[in-house]
Amino acid sequence: MSTLPTFADETVRMPSRGTVAMVCLIVAESAIFTIFVVAYVYYIGRSTYGPTPQILNVPIFNTICLLSSSLTIVAAEHAIKHGHMRRFAALWALTMALGIEFLVGTGIEWRKMIFEDHLTIRTNLFGTTFYSLVGLHASHVIVGLLMLSLVMIFTLLGYVEQSHAERIQVLALYWHFVDAVWVVVFTVVYIVGR
Amino acid sequence: MQRRRSLSSVRSPISWLSCLSAGAHVAFAQGPQTTPSILAPESTPAHEIYGLSLFVLLITGTIFVVVAGLLTYAIIKFRARGTDDQHEPAQVYGSVQVELAWTVIPVLIVVVLFLTTARIIFAIQDAPKPKSALDVTVVGHQFWWEFRYPKYGIVTANELHVPVSTAAQSEPVYLRLLSADVDHSFWVPQLGGKTDLIPNHPNEMWIDPRHTGLYLGQCAQFCGIEHAMMLLRVYVDTPDQFAAWVKNQQQPGVQDEKVAAGRHIFETQACMNCHTVTGTVAKGTFGPDLTHLMSRATIASGAATNTPDNLRAWIKDPATFKPGSLMPAMQLSDEQINQLVAYLSTLH
Amino acid sequence: MADQSLPISGPLTEAYPTRGTFLEWLHSWVVTVDHKKLGILYIVYAVFFLLVAGAEAMAMRIQLAVPNNHFLSPELFNEFFTMHGTTMVFLVGMTIIFGIGNYLVPLMIGARDMAFPRLNAFSFWLSAFGGLLLYFSFVGGFGLYGMGSAPDVTWWAYAPLTAKAFTPGHNTDYWALSLIVMGFGTLGAAINTLATAFSMRCRGMTLLRMPLFVWLMIVTSALTLITITPLTAAQVMLIIDRYLGGHFFDAQAGGAPIVWMHFFWVFGHPEVYVLILPAFGIASEVIPVFSRKAIFGYPAMVAASVGIAFVSTTVWAHHMFTVGMTSVGNTFFVLSTMMVGIPTGIKIFNWIATMWGGKIRFATPMLFCTAFLFQFLCAGLTGIMLSIAPWDWQLHNSYFVIAHFHYTLTGSFLFCMFAAFYYWYPKVTGRMLSEKLGKWHFWLFFLGFHLTFDTMHFVGILGMPRSIYTYEADRGWNTLNFWISMGGFVQAIAILIFAWNMIDSYRRGKEAGNDPWDAWTLEWSTPSPPPAYNFAEDPVVRSRRPLWDIKHPNDPDWKYER
Repeated sequence: MSTLPTFADETVRMPSRGTVAMVCLIVAESAIFTIFVVAYVYYIGRSTYGPTPQILNVPIFNTICLLSSSLTIVAAEHAIKHGHMRRFAALWALTMALGIEFLVGTGIEWRKMIFEDHLTIRTNLFGTTFYSLVGLHASHVIVGLLMLSLVMIFTLLGYVEQSHAERIQVLALYWHFVDAVWVVVFTVVYIVGR
Repeated sequence: MQRRRSLSSVRSPISWLSCLSAGAHVAFAQGPQTTPSILAPESTPAHEIYGLSLFVLLITGTIFVVVAGLLTYAIIKFRARGTDDQHEPAQVYGSVQVELAWTVIPVLIVVVLFLTTARIIFAIQDAPKPKSALDVTVVGHQFWWEFRYPKYGIVTANELHVPVSTAAQSEPVYLRLLSADVDHSFWVPQLGGKTDLIPNHPNEMWIDPRHTGLYLGQCAQFCGIEHAMMLLRVYVDTPDQFAAWVKNQQQPGVQDEKVAAGRHIFETQACMNCHTVTGTVAKGTFGPDLTHLMSRATIASGAATNTPDNLRAWIKDPATFKPGSLMPAMQLSDEQINQLVAYLSTLH
Repeated sequence: MADQSLPISGPLTEAYPTRGTFLEWLHSWVVTVDHKKLGILYIVYAVFFLLVAGAEAMAMRIQLAVPNNHFLSPELFNEFFTMHGTTMVFLVGMTIIFGIGNYLVPLMIGARDMAFPRLNAFSFWLSAFGGLLLYFSFVGGFGLYGMGSAPDVTWWAYAPLTAKAFTPGHNTDYWALSLIVMGFGTLGAAINTLATAFSMRCRGMTLLRMPLFVWLMIVTSALTLITITPLTAAQVMLIIDRYLGGHFFDAQAGGAPIVWMHFFWVFGHPEVYVLILPAFGIASEVIPVFSRKAIFGYPAMVAASVGIAFVSTTVWAHHMFTVGMTSVGNTFFVLSTMMVGIPTGIKIFNWIATMWGGKIRFATPMLFCTAFLFQFLCAGLTGIMLSIAPWDWQLHNSYFVIAHFHYTLTGSFLFCMFAAFYYWYPKVTGRMLSEKLGKWHFWLFFLGFHLTFDTMHFVGILGMPRSIYTYEADRGWNTLNFWISMGGFVQAIAILIFAWNMIDSYRRGKEAGNDPWDAWTLEWSTPSPPPAYNFAEDPVVRSRRPLWDIKHPNDPDWKYER
């Protein structure tokens, strides 16, 4: 392999491997969510008994919180890109707080549905499809929050620097994905399905 | 080595040709046969499929001959020979015209095949239902077939009787396919393609057999441990035979005092929980209706012929013929079984 | 190479450290993150389970050689055909393609490893343990009639047979759980392959200069992302039904078993393209080298591969022509299925055109690839037959279908895998496989394959359905079944010869050197086996065939490639 011609003028621009990997993960996860959404949509109105989607309260506040967290995380990405580490930490914590609020709100909503409306995953088709789809999304929020909290801990301990901006960006992609999925789930469950 | 290679490419066309000629020979055989071949159609849907398949075979056969021929030619003509010089052959990287040609031609073939196929799909699936059609409801169970004739008020099992349909007197049979448990599939190759029986998803298919006789088939969707033994027998009767059969099936169960002991066992052991015999207290629907058990040639959905010895062995332990059958061994004494068999043998 | 100066500290006299004790050697394999070692682990795993699933097949063929046989009980037979299918698709097929991909992709693009070496190792061990969980089912539990709890619901596990009501034991649970675990492993491998191919290419290697095998691995991996995930989703739904009281496929609550069918085949059909596309990649590497010509129509091959992947996501319901879809629905899937045949046919024509005008050397890899071309042509044509929905109403779930997909999986996929073994074994081990044993392997397997699977088409046409543990003696299927089984034995002997060849040649094979086949892609520029770091110097390429350019300085590819 000693005399391969070298052409100094040739450069191939390649994407970063982290971004490629995260985009692939998002594509794969989208396929999983699509299957659950299709099942939900197909079974709308087909429960033969039990509570119907009329019992749903539209979670406007939760949604605003979750979608705002996408804005705060963009601001956080911007902060770390420009080296404002304290601002980054604050915005990151705010993102997490908004995510946690979403989970708490979901928990409250489910508590009402389980104990007052008597709707569980085994009650009927609506229960099965609702808890599976919303639960799948919530589990992804939990995983996202776990990742965010890891970054939070490392930031508080002082290990996160401006040079890590790109990795933060890759993680933020996941968070944006979780929010985008919520837009779809919200539309299907609370608007179309009711 | 060379001879063997061309043999491999020749063998497949020959096997197709022999298949075709065998098929043609079989197709001219009138009536049912013990080999349930799709090449021996005896009903309009099966005939339509058969005709379409010959056309498709012609096209795919031609494609095979052309492409395999080119490949064989390339193997023979362009193999490296010891006398070759050591230079590499001319490097050809591609050709847009050639690529276009062998894209356009397959597209045209696909268009032809597609249009032909679409026509047959609509002809079979969307055929208008004539008023003379006979309705039969087929309910699939693990591992037997239930047949109901709403028009006649008949319920029977495992052996389907239908009247013959001729060009003069068309009486197609429309089968409504339901399932009581898991997925099954109704397949009698000589009479038509298969259609699945799916719970909560009624399906419909039709047949119009042209010749009388017994046609064989079996369940074609894995439904559990004894899927292999969920056999089908379709008796195509003359109008007289069919009318006689219907009349017999409409009678309530035979009440013969000589076998009262056996009937007593039937009604007090768990038999009546699963089986029906009209005219008695037995009204179970989990298992086949036994009112006219003796009018059938086989038991256990074709797993055994209907003889007293087989009946005895079946009742003693169904695993003799069908291990995994949902009928339990009832732990009866031999004397009880004898009486039971005597009773069942009167159910004509 | 190893003696050139490099920005790597320390001497470079040995490709691998000295072996040490057996435990140290074993430990190095367990903790490795080297793509080459992981590739070998995947491949060894796959070959092992090829033998296991092959044994399951032989047991079934002994049972079916004569009617009303009692070699296998119904329960065991049902477990065997479920496990045979599941094993071959997941434990053999998926592992071997990512094994070969793992080994070759970094070498072919001039990289030192995959993009994420630790993810690579994690993916392998996930897949490996998932597979072991599947096989644990044989011993994990008493099962029906004491036959263990191996899955017995066919590899497509239709609802509602898989509901707790109809399958109370753990058979279905093993099936669902082990495949979910393996699915995550596969996802990791796919993501890694894509990141590697997009982000780690050496200088000068544009996407259109990558070897076709790498292209096919990209397309395969991208397709995998949206193929394996529907299966995972459906299996999660199944587990929710079985354990949390869900009603996804519960007909009595309004659920629809047909939804399972749609979800499964949305996975199941693209899955078979996931399997066959790397085989196409292998053929696209082997055929040019042994024809001594560049691949004909490289851009068309790339476009056809991408086209196949896209169209393959639209054809799934051709597995469901008999479930009672409307005539319009059936017609759509007829058209989409025929459409996928077009780019596939284009590839066959391109391979033949590559051979055309060449100087073909029929070494063992080329023998397997040539047989692949004939057999894949037949498989594609029987596929067209099955796409004709009315004809499929007869052929569906019969032995004709089994014959068709064994023509694609055994006759095409496995033949290409064999070609890959004979072609790259020298690179991996430094030794040539015996050509003599290779030819015995080829001809015996070819004979056995055709004896079994040609005959199988006919027994399907004569009305024999699949998934049956025995058949009636008076249906005219006896002789055909007997010969199908005999062909299985011939194939088994051939596989044993192959296994022996692999083992024996490791010690006694002829030394291979860097480039025994006079080939043109980057992996042939390294020593055999390659050192841990792959390339002493980062390669720089200017065309699709960098070694051709070196060997033919007056006639390099970059003068002619567009």
